[in-house]
This record gives sequence, structure tokens and C-alpha cells, in this order.
Amino acid sequence: MSTILSLPEQTTATMPKVSYLNKEYGLKSWLLTGDHKRIAIMYLISITFFFFIGGAMAGLIRLELLTPQGDLMASDTYNKLFTMHGVIMVFLFLVPSVPATIGNFVIPMMVGAKDLAFPKINLLSWYLYIIAGTFTISALVLGGVDTGWTFTTPLSTHYLNTHVVTAALGVFVAGFSSIFTGLNFIVTIHRMRAPGMTWFRLPLFCWSNYAASILMVLGTPVLAIAIVLVILERTIGIGVFDPAKGGDPLLFQHLFWFYSHPAVYIMILPGMGVISEVISTFSRKRVFGYTAVAFSSVAIALFGFFVWAHHMFIMGVSNYSALVFSLLTMLVAVPSAIKIFNWSATLYKGSITFETPMLYAIGFIGLFTIGGLTGVFLGSLGMDIHLTETYFIVAHFHFVMVGGMLMAFLSGVHFWWPKMTGRMYPEAMSKLAAIITFIGFNLTFFPQFILGYLGMPRRYHAYPPEFQVLNVFSTAGATVLGIGYLMPMLYMTWSLKYGKIAGPNPWQATGLEWQTQSPPLTENFIETPIVDYEAYDYDWLANKTKHEVTTVG
Amino acid sequence: MDSHAVTATPADHSGLGHDHAHPAYLRHHFETVEQQREATAFGMWLFLLTEIMFFGGMFCAYLIYRNWYYPAFAAASNTLNIWLGTANTAVLITSGFAMAMGVWCAETKRRKGLVISLIFTIVFGLVFLGIKYVEYSEKFELHHVPGADFSISQFVHPSAASHETPLAPDMAEKTQVYFSLYFAMTGMHALHMIIGIAILFWLLYKAQQGAYTDGYVQPIEYFGLYWHFVDIVWIFLFPLLYLINRHPGR
Repeated sequence: MSTILSLPEQTTATMPKVSYLNKEYGLKSWLLTGDHKRIAIMYLISITFFFFIGGAMAGLIRLELLTPQGDLMASDTYNKLFTMHGVIMVFLFLVPSVPATIGNFVIPMMVGAKDLAFPKINLLSWYLYIIAGTFTISALVLGGVDTGWTFTTPLSTHYLNTHVVTAALGVFVAGFSSIFTGLNFIVTIHRMRAPGMTWFRLPLFCWSNYAASILMVLGTPVLAIAIVLVILERTIGIGVFDPAKGGDPLLFQHLFWFYSHPAVYIMILPGMGVISEVISTFSRKRVFGYTAVAFSSVAIALFGFFVWAHHMFIMGVSNYSALVFSLLTMLVAVPSAIKIFNWSATLYKGSITFETPMLYAIGFIGLFTIGGLTGVFLGSLGMDIHLTETYFIVAHFHFVMVGGMLMAFLSGVHFWWPKMTGRMYPEAMSKLAAIITFIGFNLTFFPQFILGYLGMPRRYHAYPPEFQVLNVFSTAGATVLGIGYLMPMLYMTWSLKYGKIAGPNPWQATGLEWQTQSPPLTENFIETPIVDYEAYDYDWLANKTKHEVTTVG
Repeated sequence: MDSHAVTATPADHSGLGHDHAHPAYLRHHFETVEQQREATAFGMWLFLLTEIMFFGGMFCAYLIYRNWYYPAFAAASNTLNIWLGTANTAVLITSGFAMAMGVWCAETKRRKGLVISLIFTIVFGLVFLGIKYVEYSEKFELHHVPGADFSISQFVHPSAASHETPLAPDMAEKTQVYFSLYFAMTGMHALHMIIGIAILFWLLYKAQQGAYTDGYVQPIEYFGLYWHFVDIVWIFLFPLLYLINRHPGR
């Protein structure tokens, strides 16, 4: 028996009678589910909620920065806003975004399994996420926290009288949620692959999530212990980071960035996986240099662990270690560039169509390249001293995280939306949203590169009047960007009821997840699939449709 | 699905009267018992890897500060009660041995033996925590708790009987880092033991009802791995914290 790639007629597609969505009803069937698809949907709803809270804070920050004076809010309030914006966006949106929603949904299907290896731990991970969110929101409601998302000591341990412990506990718990997701992915990809699904037949989305999972599993515990020590220092007064007791605040920076730099790759790698899938599908071509792209994910994960001190160049680390870390930082550009070049080569002579996920993916390639290259500026020692703690850094990481990851996330959500819900999103609206997002993003963050280069420091609620023009551009862009993010939220919800019925494989893609009905059955596959073709085998698929009769069997 | 017949292991046939290819403990999303065992074992080892990274942060801090403030670390280490520490090491190893016996009993389907082993594991675990409590309260009496009325006088002006070399006051302040790490490391270790003992009570309750001796030994086996991991952490903590500067004839 071999797996039969089917390309059913789209126009006559009907909604399947039984699927994971209607197999059981009631709140309890969702809250106690072990089904990776339902957990993915719950994650999608929760992270969207936190994304809009974090986004609202970004909106307030931009509104305050419209004028040079601090007129909308006091500086304390401003500090609390950007702290919460950072904590929510990093720990409650970006880290779980693609892995916990899209990854949770499609990885078991991509490898041909019925579920992730540990369904209950998967559900536990969602509950931990909700507990983490509750802690974070309570820190906000109780009066906020103003350490910045980095919980820098001794500011966080000695000088601030805000809800540091509550917010830190939130981050601590969110960390375990992410560890469990990563652990589940690694075991699933190792042990749950269908017969014939070899490592080099895995979709690149699995490879990149695998690499990100390694970072989650190895990095997050170090953040956990750093946070535990901060909490102990703040509550009972131990002195691991306290210079008065012999401790060294720099150690906190090392422990914190040992996680938080790899965390950047936890955030971006799964997004890169989405881009590989999307680019390949809409170019009707196998990803150019599959093996190189697969290994570059692992290389990014590996290098990611040895560059953390580039966040600390101005904190008094030794010159020699700064030199080494600067060099290693530049090395990360190599696997990243491999990916960008290979995606471009995939586009070359492909039959490109511009569906919405593709628009977002092309946006990703451009914006991520700018974000990545400015990262090389910041990795070089001399430039870093000029640019660090300015808006240049803010622009850099927003290009990578928002221009990169958020674009990839939206690309992925659009790409797999028909699989998740069985319905299509409205095509014209979504293309418009993709273009609005791209324009809004550039208008918001490109001026910040210039602002930073001219020396405007980050984390202040007021600034000299000569920076106002560029700040007005940025705030105007943020408004456009906000519309760009609200639109998908609205039309996606609309499409749940009124969207066109998608059918099992609206993109005529080759991945295993497209060979089942949409929305899939709870068990994913009626029979365990046996894989006897390579990933992204669009040539084979083209031939197959040409000689439909000869290949079935 | 056809591969069941080929890959089914003898353990599958231990059966509780279920379909011989599907023992009751085979979760629906695994194809075979073998796959389930491999996946869960791999998951457990990965979890232990995260635990190593968790403790690793503190060991890293210890390494740095001990290099910087060796005299303070040695002097502070000498105030620990080495006899209690040694006794605790023995107690913990015994507890680990009882756990290993428990795993063996589960594998060889000895229900009574498993129950007794788990009880011994719990008892020795609790004895360890009790001794730890005695040691902790001693620290409070000696003003060796950072953040709670810490006093460096013992290190600056050691009593004649102790044969300690006095430390300069600024170096004596650094003993606070030692005790911070002492409490953080042994505290985290004790927390792992408390969680472990809670799980042990659950396992004991299930084992008394006949679980784990019917061919499905994985929960006992994996908890054994966790318990031994906690033991091993202590095996590192004991010399690092208690034996920095001990030699015969002091």
C-alpha cells in the first residue's frame, strides 16, 4: 500500500460530517481534551488575546511619543507600559506563537502521527500558559511592573517597589509551558514518524521547530533559575546578584541572556519553517537545497547558544570575550543567509502565485533580511557602542520579531486556516491586509533606525523636539499597522461561518497534512500513512496529475 | 497498523484479558508498546536534561564565586556540620537504593516488594528532609542566613577553639554569597525531594492497588530516574558545599 496523493475538485468540496471540531461538544470536551488540534486552537485564541493586549500597549507607547513632551502619561506609567508590552509580547506571544498554535496543529500530521507523543503534557502546557498569563495580567492590574522585560538586577531586586515578583512568576511559569511544548515536539519528531517518513523527508517546518525545541529545552531552565534567584533575592534577601553581599549583577545578565538570546531563535526558527512551506507551495517547487536549509536550522540553534554576551558589550565584560562573542555573532549570519538565498533560489523559475500566505512570506524575506543585517551592525563592537540602547536596537529587533516572526505567523495562520477550520478566508480582504501590514510596518519601524542612529535613546517618554518628525511617521505607521492586524482578526472570525468551503487540499500541496479532510478527524488519518516520496515533490505531483491513471496503487 | 503482529513484544501478552495486541496501558496514539516505551523513555531523559540545565545555572554561579572568594568559601564551608552532611548523604543513597529495589520489584512483578521499597524510599527521603531542617535551623542560630540578621563576626573574630584564620571584613562579607548559594542549591534540591515524595505517595497508593506489577513498569522506572537524578545532584552538592577545605588533622 502506498499513500495516495489526492487532488480533489475544489468547487464541489463539502464540509466533512465528522471532524475534530464536532466529534464532541461542550466546554468540557475542549478543556480536558488531549487532541493536539484542539489544544492548538485554544492556544491560538489565547495568544491572540494577549497579542492584542500587548498591541494596545504598543499603541499607547506610540501615542505618547507623538509629541516630544511627556504629556499623555507620567514617566512611571510609560515605564510600566513598555515593560508589560515586552513581557507579554515576548513570553506570551512570540515564544509560543508559531510552535504552540501552528506547530501543535500540523507537526503530528506532517510526520503522520495520530497525536503528539504526550497529549496530557501538551494540555498541561496550555494550562501553564494560562496561569502565566494570569500572573502577568495580575501584575498589570495590581499596579504594573517597571523593570523592562529583562528584569535587570539590582533594579529589579533592590530599587523598585512594583509587582516584580508577580510578573517574574508569570515568566517562570510560561517557561515551563514552553519547555513542555519543546519536549513534546522533540520526542514526536524522533519517535512518532510514520513508516517511510525519514528525517530527510520531513517538511522543513518540522526541522525548524525541532531546532527551536532544542533551544526551548536547553535554554528555558536557565532562565527559570535566574528568575528564581531574583525572586529569592527580592523576597528573602539572598545575595547571588547583590554586590553588597559579594554577588555580581553581571552574572544575572549572563544567565538571563543565556536563555534570552537563544529565545530570539526560538521565536524566529518556527517562522522560518512556515516560510519554507509557503514559498515551496506557491512556487510549485521543491525548496532549493533542502538539506542545507534543514541543517541551517540546527546550525542557528547551535550557534544561538554561543552569542549571548553580545547583549552585554557595554556592561563591562572583558575585551577578549567581547571580541569572541562579536565574531560568533557574525557567524549566525551564515546559516540565516543560507535560508534567505535558498528561498530566493526556490522562487527562481518557480510557477509563482501570489496568494495571501505568499504575500506575507515575501514580506518576511525582505523585512527579515533588513532585521538580520542590522543585527550584524550591532554585533560589531564599535557600532554597538554607538547604537546600543537607542532606537536603532528597537527597530532592529522589531524588524526581526514583528517584520519577521509576526509576518511568518500570519502567513502560517492564513496558509493552514483552511486545514484548521475547513473554510477559506476572504481572498481580496486578506491580500489587502497583507499589504497594509507591510506598509504600516515599514512606516512604523524604518524611521526608528534613523532615530536611533541620530542618538534617540530607548525607554524614555520624552525626547528632544528635533526627533519629532520621524516619531510622527512612526506613530502614523503604528496606526496603519494596527488596522493591518485587526483586519485578519475580523475576517478570520467572519470566515468561520461564511467562508468558502476549502476542501482537503486547497493549495494542491504535497505535505501529509493536506492529504486528509479539512478539518481533520480527531485521529488525523484513517490509516497510518506510508510515505514513499520526498518532501515538496511538486515535479512528481505535476506528472501524477498528467498521468492520473498510472500512479495509483 | 499491520506491523503490530511483527513488532509485538512478549510484554504485550501479559494481558489483563484485553486484546493481546493492545494492552490496556497502550495509549491510543501510539502504534505499538515498543514505540510508547521508546517515546516515554526519551521524554523522561529530555526532562532530566532540562533539570541539569536548571541546576547548572547555580553550579555556574558557584564556580565563579568560589574562584573569586576562595577564603570566604572555605571559612563558611567549615561552619557546616560535616557529620550531619555525611549522615544525610548515606540516608539519601539508602533511599536511592530502596527506589532501585522498587524498580526491580516492579519489573519482576513483586507487588509486596514494590510497596515495601516505596515505603522505605519515602521514609529515608523524609529523614533527609528532617536532618536538613536541623541544619537550616542551626544556620539561623549562628546568624548565617543572608537577609536575616546575617553576622560576619564569627569569620572576622573566630574563637580560639576553632583554629580558623580570621578573614578581613570585606572578604568576610563574601561569605554571604556562599550561604546564598548554599540555601539556593540545597533549597532547590529539597524542593525537588518534596515534589518527589508527593509523587511517591501517589505511586505507593497505586502500587497497593496492584498497579505497575502487571507488566507496565514505566511510571516506576521513570520516577526512579528522577529520584536518582535528585540523589546525584546531592552527590555533587555535598563535596562542593561541605568538603571545600577539610583535611585530616584539623
